[in-house]
Amino acid sequence: MSGDDLIESLEGIYHIQGRDFVDAGIVSSEVKKSLQGKGIPESIIRRIAVITFEAEINIISYAQQGTIQLFIEPDAVIIEANDMGPGIADIDLALQEGYSTADDSIRELGFGAGMGLCNIKKFSDIFELTSEVGQGTHLKSIVKLNG
Amino acid sequence: MNLETLIEALGLKCKCCWEKLKSTQVKGGYAGDLLSDVMANSSAGDIWVTRQVHQNIVAVASLKDLAGIVVVQGATPEKDTLERAGKEGIPILVTDMAKFEVVGRIYRLLSEG
Repeated sequence: MSGDDLIESLEGIYHIQGRDFVDAGIVSSEVKKSLQGKGIPESIIRRIAVITFEAEINIISYAQQGTIQLFIEPDAVIIEANDMGPGIADIDLALQEGYSTADDSIRELGFGAGMGLCNIKKFSDIFELTSEVGQGTHLKSIVKLNG
Repeated sequence: MNLETLIEALGLKCKCCWEKLKSTQVKGGYAGDLLSDVMANSSAGDIWVTRQVHQNIVAVASLKDLAGIVVVQGATPEKDTLERAGKEGIPILVTDMAKFEVVGRIYRLLSEG
């Protein structure tokens, strides 16, 4: 796929402010609304909602700020999350269910159980996670529309 | 079973979205206080039983198309939570009962059809 194709399929870019738990879920709601009315099955929209929500919570929990980009292709929806955060030193460890570096303030809200990245992976058809310590984290999730 | 029937059977108090009680069908239920757990494992149409009261619960219920939220153990939903729930159309119900009892009673009601 060329860069031009990707720009054409860009549905939205959403900015997320780190540590802003009050607005957590706003971006996911906007993503969900923008997917409705386009003939995408509700069950697939709910999968994308889980992915977006977990990506949003991760940015809020750990990064100063970040963005979520939504692309709608004819056969797939692509969610890309980029943040300026501390990065992930050991991605395999971060993907182990139950592993978390969240502090108590995050856990009190019912987050930080070490399930977020696992949920994103579980609900994605294709999942890519790259990170550089001290720079940030890039996440790409693809959900196919034709099962 | 609709939410109105559930409220009457368990003596729950409705804190917002009264207008949706008749029209909202409860298809199943899920209980949990970890939001990622509920995101991953609840199903559309579930009634969600939780002790969490902050406004992020509304986002979870809305994103997963849940029927509503039952807040247990006499916990009081925050003002922001009720405002957001009103905006998103998510009924919030409260009770003094503990989670175990609420879940047991809802489970029995749903099993009886």
